[in-house]
Amino acid sequence: MSAVPQPILRVEDLHIWFDLAGGGELHAVQGVTFELKPGERMGLVGESGCGKTTTILGIMGLLPPSASIAGRIELEGEEILAKGEESIAPHRWNDIAMVFQGAMNAFNPVQRIGDQIAEPMELHGTATGKTAKAQVRELLELVGIAGSRADRYPHEFSGGMRQRAAIALALACQPKVLLADEPTTALDVMVQAQILELLLRLTRDLGLSLILVTHDLPVVAQLCDRAAVMYAGEIVEMGDTQTLYHDPRHPYTRMLFAATPDLLGDDDVLSIPGAPPRLDHEIVGCPFQPRCDSAFEPCPTVHPRTIELGAGREAMCHLNDPTATEAVS
Amino acid sequence: MSTAETLLEVEDLVTRYPVPRGFVGAVRREPKLQVHAVEGVTFNVAPGEMLALVGESGCGKTTTAQSVVRMVENDSGSIRFRGQELSGLGPSDMRPLRKDIQMIYQDPYESLDPRFSVRDTIEEPLLIHGVKMSGDDRETKVREAMERAGLTPSDLYIERYPHELSGGQRQRVAIAASLVLDPKLLVADEPVSMLDVSVRAGILRLLDSLRADGMGILMITHDLSTAAHFADRICVMYLGRIVEEGPAKEVVRNPQHPYTKALISVVPKRDPRQQTEPQILQGETPNPVHVPAGCRFHPRCPIAEERCKQIDPELHRAEGSQTDDHRAACIMV
Repeated sequence: MSAVPQPILRVEDLHIWFDLAGGGELHAVQGVTFELKPGERMGLVGESGCGKTTTILGIMGLLPPSASIAGRIELEGEEILAKGEESIAPHRWNDIAMVFQGAMNAFNPVQRIGDQIAEPMELHGTATGKTAKAQVRELLELVGIAGSRADRYPHEFSGGMRQRAAIALALACQPKVLLADEPTTALDVMVQAQILELLLRLTRDLGLSLILVTHDLPVVAQLCDRAAVMYAGEIVEMGDTQTLYHDPRHPYTRMLFAATPDLLGDDDVLSIPGAPPRLDHEIVGCPFQPRCDSAFEPCPTVHPRTIELGAGREAMCHLNDPTATEAVS
Repeated sequence: MSTAETLLEVEDLVTRYPVPRGFVGAVRREPKLQVHAVEGVTFNVAPGEMLALVGESGCGKTTTAQSVVRMVENDSGSIRFRGQELSGLGPSDMRPLRKDIQMIYQDPYESLDPRFSVRDTIEEPLLIHGVKMSGDDRETKVREAMERAGLTPSDLYIERYPHELSGGQRQRVAIAASLVLDPKLLVADEPVSMLDVSVRAGILRLLDSLRADGMGILMITHDLSTAAHFADRICVMYLGRIVEEGPAKEVVRNPQHPYTKALISVVPKRDPRQQTEPQILQGETPNPVHVPAGCRFHPRCPIAEERCKQIDPELHRAEGSQTDDHRAACIMV
């Protein structure tokens, strides 16, 4: 037996397509594979449209009807994708829950916050009546809101408090995995710091595993142990956050860091030329090649393999592949 | 700083908004309340300088900018543009000056008219301001503005409509439309916060090159990292006041005011090893309707003393400041 803890969540070769209105398909997620260990905090970063939100909606089984999905999703060893809704539904919110993007603004304005948090408890049968009420108070206290405020309405909460309540809502059925989609994006920096501290405390105290979806690299650097960088529907690099910053092995990761101004940094902030490719037709070669500053011979024609670069570290770039140039000839 | 070398001088600016109290409130003779959005703000912008107003939502930074471009009426204080007093000017007196003072907005998805092509959008300011020139000259002017804004080659973009452009390109169109009148002062309200990281730098570098060409830029942002990188000077605002001001790098590396210190400690850094223990202030910025007495930061301040509840501090050179123009409004420093 190895001492390495078993992953709580394993995603293997996940593909998601959307049917387009005018015919054709958009291949939004193209073979995403990763593992999440118990208590681990993982960041999923990338530009808009790279497939990060689609990936976690796929894991939640909450894709719109126009989407189709393939691959494997294992929750504590159990394959939950095989039977579609039937196999995902028992786990949704009970084992795996989500803080949606903009969730803080999605509360029903005419219903008390406490009742809205109790709703999933009653729906999933984890608690009802008085027990649910008591659990709501506990949950609110846990996220840093006085339990007595359960009777208040959303408009009586500030933005930061509504975001805390949205996190409490996700924790209503005591999930093991929390997926948070841009949970701090619309918040002020001080409130952002409060929410990041809360997420850190929840993973430490409750052993919750977290996937943080964001476009903000410094937020990931602050909160997460590990990060996966997504581009055009693929994970192009993965590793612990320190190594990603100090030794990026995919040019996109390096260029993304260089495009992010750092508070104390002196280096020039450089934009990445061009735009991500459209995903409604097949991409030949490396999807990042047209924007890449290090592209060479094989890049326009050969799609790079994912190369393992040590423990939990991988990159999808020909620069790491000694056989890459041979493939061209 | 003398008027000759200053583009914009704002002195003791006060802008308040009335709080509607409703019919019942009026009958009950409830006191008329006001949002004290900007309460005595003073700063200058010189040609070729970028000044960043930084702070959290509700600190008054956007109201300050809107007062400068006279989208809102200030209650008192003066706003001088190239020596001319703007506050109190009516719309018709203001109009000729609008050519020189242009504004760009946060959201390039909403600031462009979807039925206007890039050409129409950029040409419109010339028509509105009745700039007398032939159609050919206007076309040249539009294309020049596009080149300056980095929309090159202009042929590629000039016929396009907003829905055919990316976020970064839209913001460039908005900038080109403001450049076409050759403004002296550009007020940029959160110019990159809606854009993807990969294109933000391009827009900021564009603003930086306009600054280098002699334009004065007043940038409103909540992002200290951006301000530290691109601005010459930073003013940190809290509840309608400037609490600290100085050269950008100085303010960020050697903050003096306890609010600035806390703010800087919570900004996430790119390098996980550089993350410092965040000094998290509890609660949120108080409601600007009921501003605390004395120092307005004292209820959240980690080093406040009894006398901070009485004394309303003024900006002065703090003991730890390296330069005379680095000032903080705190009696403890």
